[in-house]
Amino acid sequence: MTAQARSPEQVRLPSLSAVYRVRAGVEIKEFFRQREAVVFTLLFPVLLLVALGAGLNYRIGSGVSFPQYFMAGVITAGIVGASLQNLAISIAGERSDGTLKHLAGTPLPKNAYFVGKVAQVLAVTVVTLVLLLAAGLVIFRIDLPSGGQWLTFAWVAILGAAACTLLGIVVSTLARNSRSASATVTPIALALEFISGVFIPFDRFPHWVQVVASIFPVRWLAQGLRSVFLPHALVSREPAGSWELGRVALVLLAWCVVGLLLAVRTFRWQDRDAG
Amino acid sequence: MGVSPAPSSGGSLDPAAAISIRGLVKRYGDFLAVDGLDLDIGQGETFALLGPNGAGKTTTVEICEGYRSRDGGEVRVLGEDPARTDRRWKSQIGIVLQSGAGESQLTVRELVRAHASYYPEPRDPDEVLELVGLTEKAGARGRMLSGGQRRRLDVALGIVGRPALLFLDEPTTGFDPEARRQFWSLIRSLRELGTTILLTTHYLDEAEALADRVAVIARGRLMEVAVPSALGGRESAPVVVTWTEDGVRRHEATATPTAFVAQLAERFAGEIPDLNVVRPSLEDTYLRMIGEAS
Repeated sequence: MTAQARSPEQVRLPSLSAVYRVRAGVEIKEFFRQREAVVFTLLFPVLLLVALGAGLNYRIGSGVSFPQYFMAGVITAGIVGASLQNLAISIAGERSDGTLKHLAGTPLPKNAYFVGKVAQVLAVTVVTLVLLLAAGLVIFRIDLPSGGQWLTFAWVAILGAAACTLLGIVVSTLARNSRSASATVTPIALALEFISGVFIPFDRFPHWVQVVASIFPVRWLAQGLRSVFLPHALVSREPAGSWELGRVALVLLAWCVVGLLLAVRTFRWQDRDAG
Repeated sequence: MGVSPAPSSGGSLDPAAAISIRGLVKRYGDFLAVDGLDLDIGQGETFALLGPNGAGKTTTVEICEGYRSRDGGEVRVLGEDPARTDRRWKSQIGIVLQSGAGESQLTVRELVRAHASYYPEPRDPDEVLELVGLTEKAGARGRMLSGGQRRRLDVALGIVGRPALLFLDEPTTGFDPEARRQFWSLIRSLRELGTTILLTTHYLDEAEALADRVAVIARGRLMEVAVPSALGGRESAPVVVTWTEDGVRRHEATATPTAFVAQLAERFAGEIPDLNVVRPSLEDTYLRMIGEAS
């Protein structure tokens, strides 16, 4: 077989499922082999839990310890780190160093690139959650979710990760290049986490901050997770006096739709300043 | 093999050519990067694009690869407009970008294998590593390679899909002389297999060694297209014969060097001291042409 041009009918492209599997493997290896990313993304939330759990002692009431209260917040931070932060920084890096431009010149379908990223986020999220639950259980003897709470935990985590993944793809386009990516993305993520009640109980913020936070998915992710980790007695401290799980699902789903539309419209394969 | 050089000319697109370009125009703001370019590259041909930095080489190549839009003119690459292509078209193209293929935590073998899986009829990844001379580095992470090794990896990723048409944008930058020779023999073997190759390079010896034809571009315009030995009238240009006579270095420019050397041989009745016969090099000709353009 020579390399003469083949007629289109002769070309049998590899199946999508095969390409998806390859990209999932590529992306998972890319993440777990990069020491800084692994330490920052996986261990940062665990360190946060250990340090703040041992150091802070907010009185939460209803016999709830601060580490128990903080689990929902730190898991939110873990999910945001695995999806929004990790993804925005890694995509900006791949855009800057030519990885994306090179891939765009191969017959790799664009959606396979995103499928690979989603697989990476899922893998990182699962590892983060397991580490956080294990650390909370061993160090602070927190109460794990029980029965139907696991189901709530699963859908809130998956919807939240999906919304933040799409947001991460959008945010990656805000960075001019890889060097500025971390500096652009980390403050955005930290600010969203802060006003969403990750580090400080949400009811201590003034009303207008709560309203601003309610626009973004992180607040709803954190609230959904509080419903899993806190006893029902604490529901009175939520702004609406309820866990609002229906609204949590609705807002996170809406963010998935909006994020997808924005991601598709704004995604670039090269740096903005590339000639 | 079937090399069929298609003569470049105005008029309509050449449907038989691997790449056919008519009146190509590209602007960046007020800067006219490509200014009415016509070019035809035949199936199976190895074609070199020469020109100073900023002449429009990479812009032209990246328009053909589908990366950049054009502001005017017609382009057909493997029969299709590169501004509107699909996976099938891309599966027949191999691209080695000037900017390389990016960083990776994957090993060289993992990267080549992953890329092979995107194509319908890939080459064997281990054979490709052997071809580019990276077998010993197969287990090394992509980001741990030296500049020259990384470039060879770029080439491996460009050819693993068994392309009918291969774009090489300054492929041997950072190669030592031995690696460059190895790369040349790789390109020749791809040519033997019928691959059409469009090469841009700063190394004129590289263009001369590899290309069936070369084109010189300056300021976005095509200066000339010719076989390397005939570029800029090299084949008919006077040849300079130098020798030593009575302790003095002598030289003579002549259109008939064979007859002249025969005369000299008669005069010396044997070996001519320090004989040297030099045609204008491709480099001399090229520098004269781009000098005239600016």
